[in-house]
Amino acid sequence: MSPHLRKRLVVVGHGMVGHRFVQAAVERGLTETHDVVVVGEEPRPAYDRVALTSFFEVGAEALSLLPEGAYDDPRVELRLGTAVEGFDPETRTVLLSDGEVLTYDDLVLATGAAPFVPPVPGHDLPGCFVYRTIEDLEAIRAAAAGASTGVVVGGGLLGLEAAKALADLGLETSVVEMAPRLMAVQVDDAGGATLRRHVEGLGLIVHTEARTTAVVERDGRAAGLSLDGRDDVAADLIVFSAGIRPRDGLARAAGLDLAERGGVLVDERCRTSDPHVWAVGECAAPAGRMYGLVAPGYAMAEVVVDALLGGPGEFTGADLSTKLKLMGVDVASFGDAFATTQGALELVYADAVAGVYKKLVVSADGTRLLGGVLVGDASAYGVLRPMVASGIALPDNPEELILPVGRGGGADLALPDDAQVCSCNDVTKQQVTDAVAGGGCDSPACVQACTRAGSTCGSCKPVVKRIVEEWFEAQGRVVDRSLCEHFPLTRQELFDVVAVHGHTTFDQVVAAHGTGRGCDVCKPTIASILASQLDRHVLEPATRTLQDTNDAYLANIQRNGTYSVVPRIPGGEVTPEGLIVIGEVARDFGLYTKITGGQRIDLFGARMEELPAIWRRLVDAGFESGHAYGKSLRTVKSCVGSTWCRYGVQDSVQLAIDLELRYRGLRSPHKLKGGVSGCARECAEARGKDFGVIATERGWNLYVGGNGGATPVHARLLAGDLDTPTLVRYLDRFLMYYVRTADRLQRTAPWVDSLDGGLDRVRAVVVDDVLGLGGELEAAMARHVEGYADEWRATLDDPDKLRRFVSFVNAPDVPDPHISFREERDQQVPAEVAGPVVLGTTIPVGAPR
Amino acid sequence: MSTTTGSGVWTTVCPLDAVDVEGGVAALVEGAAVAIFRTHDGNVYAISNYDPCCRASVLARGIVGTRGEIPVVASPMHKQAFDLRTGQCLDDAAVRVTTYDVRVVDQQVQVGRPREPVEGT
Repeated sequence: MSPHLRKRLVVVGHGMVGHRFVQAAVERGLTETHDVVVVGEEPRPAYDRVALTSFFEVGAEALSLLPEGAYDDPRVELRLGTAVEGFDPETRTVLLSDGEVLTYDDLVLATGAAPFVPPVPGHDLPGCFVYRTIEDLEAIRAAAAGASTGVVVGGGLLGLEAAKALADLGLETSVVEMAPRLMAVQVDDAGGATLRRHVEGLGLIVHTEARTTAVVERDGRAAGLSLDGRDDVAADLIVFSAGIRPRDGLARAAGLDLAERGGVLVDERCRTSDPHVWAVGECAAPAGRMYGLVAPGYAMAEVVVDALLGGPGEFTGADLSTKLKLMGVDVASFGDAFATTQGALELVYADAVAGVYKKLVVSADGTRLLGGVLVGDASAYGVLRPMVASGIALPDNPEELILPVGRGGGADLALPDDAQVCSCNDVTKQQVTDAVAGGGCDSPACVQACTRAGSTCGSCKPVVKRIVEEWFEAQGRVVDRSLCEHFPLTRQELFDVVAVHGHTTFDQVVAAHGTGRGCDVCKPTIASILASQLDRHVLEPATRTLQDTNDAYLANIQRNGTYSVVPRIPGGEVTPEGLIVIGEVARDFGLYTKITGGQRIDLFGARMEELPAIWRRLVDAGFESGHAYGKSLRTVKSCVGSTWCRYGVQDSVQLAIDLELRYRGLRSPHKLKGGVSGCARECAEARGKDFGVIATERGWNLYVGGNGGATPVHARLLAGDLDTPTLVRYLDRFLMYYVRTADRLQRTAPWVDSLDGGLDRVRAVVVDDVLGLGGELEAAMARHVEGYADEWRATLDDPDKLRRFVSFVNAPDVPDPHISFREERDQQVPAEVAGPVVLGTTIPVGAPR
Repeated sequence: MSTTTGSGVWTTVCPLDAVDVEGGVAALVEGAAVAIFRTHDGNVYAISNYDPCCRASVLARGIVGTRGEIPVVASPMHKQAFDLRTGQCLDDAAVRVTTYDVRVVDQQVQVGRPREPVEGT
């Protein structure tokens, strides 16, 4: 299509649903025919508002749904910090706050909703806040600094999130709810009571059936709430979270039809009363009803893209099931949670001591599940919710579905193919199976990447995993997580049994847990595990036959059987004298020399028997092993930082050196790389590393789980604005947690994805220390740091270790005749040698050097 | 170091304890590079050190273990497993390396003749 025939689509609003709309438009090819202009009022691109509360822990960047700040597709233009003043359906124009007028062929309203603030006297005093945007949270954080008490008006889902945030900010926090229970929309009285006990157990004060009549004013500021017929609640800070209202003002001003209770009225294609205007998400009211959840908004976005492509998609209502973790408490509500269906029966399991309440709503004849409520333990949600949607028959003893495992519970049910597994992204079991059967996916993580199942709230991940495993089992292809034929254990299990039993040798491990005599898979793995736990030299007699050849000769084997040598250059900082030594060694041994991507120097073509002499020279000059050969820390790359750079805000070189020296020699499931950038320009490319640190004016942002290579991944923010000791503590924990639990040859990015909960899980363990492992992980790292010694220096000092560095055991001075070189660009490179070579007088062998 | 006894020429290459259990060494025997391995059950094996898969003389540096009941060494380059008894590559039926007679006399490892003609000569 030629450019002048291209159409323009204007999207108003860049929240979660607006973003999803653009993603779908790009993925489904709508941008082949349309230029898309997205106008967003907030200063930043769309972010995960569902996880808004974690802003205080992780900062704005980690929440971003578009961290790059722009879409890959050049036909999408994103204008942020710009409001839409109005639009005219007659002329098909949109007026922007900067005065510009855009014409459109089609207009999509994704303006979302605004918090509802009850119009009580004093509601707009200083000290009153709402809880909706990152800016709102920044204002709350600033106000909390000078406050000691806070109150939240509204005990629903968002109100409790807000209350948690206030409590985390150190305020004595109360919740005021008009209904007789918390989360009145989702849970019943008994569930609400269970939830209330959890919330009060965390030190919050809960008032239910409490109607706010006014905000108490003192000195021109909010000082508390007046309640109908009760004592006032004093508070320095008030957050209103009493529901949301659709932002339908633009549509109203343009004369479009609105729903009776607010929201832009749309049909099942999400088309408004004007045929060129569409509405999606919380601002829209399909069939007169607005949906305050992200999943229906996503569904509407897909429907509009489909309609613009001429497809048949329709939005006919949404599953309002909810599962969330609120203040550490699982809460889920699905289907007909309040048993409103004629004749519906309720099955209840409650354990007040453990704080668990579960209710199933079943049909009058007891054959079908209609809905339910789960508080305190929502692990069954992933199985139960699809059962409602698909109408699958209940088992004879449905109570097993909610009884704890071990008390008759834990029943397993096969889901029908059309059961919706992921409600956020509308993925069915069939689509998951298709991704495995036809799509070539071999893991739950791959299924997530291909189908989006589990990529939004993550609650269905366990079910996705089970479906994948069941499929493989049905094919007779058991998902065998065994390390190899010798050990029926994963690397993590092996790590644990070695730790628990205190094994120190391969013989002990294989005698207790394996069969046979090992192989090139399990032996290096066990060597790595033993190295992590014992800090023993890799060439000790007990472990040297377990090492891969790189570790066995402390160098990297190359295609002709020679090795490359990489001295450590921490942070990429090297003195001229150091450079000269490296140059002289390379020259004297005739080594091909190349700068690596990790800011150091690689010397190629060293014969095995030359390695000790090369390293003697390097060690004497103050160099040490760079561990380029190991599954271990390689480098911590840095930019030049604030010392020289006019933009730098922190000394990135010093931190990079400190980190590289701290973690050098750490044996890990795969190689590890780090980076430190001295400012947000990110010249060290730290987000392409397993751990990346980027300076801020207040400290350091810590990113984890990045890598280059075949499947490049950007590291994601784990925690922000850290001081250096906290940064190091988190890194100690992160790296040790990885070393202990990752699979063999699993880098940090897939490891993070493989955990239930992904990065959130890592953050829970590393930052929040939910497992109580923090001290142990730090102690393990402290032992590593304490026990570190340069492997090459120790090897040079030990004749038993050195004796292996010979070409031939019976002719140590004769070089391997298979190795020969030719010259290329003034340096030596391997020459091809065909077939075995037999030493003889007529064969040139290259004199020993 | 070569002596003629019984069936042929034997070259004494090293003391037995120069070869780690489940480790290997390379030796020069009659001009050829031979990899000598010692397995956990006390057996000693000798095969050509040359890995035809990667065209480098490296097999002595591989990891020694078992595949099923078969004693194997995995090439350090690309991990193909070779049967220490026969030289057969277990990952490529078309690949086989020369094996050598080997024995231990007075705690000394002695390598004898190749059991098949040396490939490529």
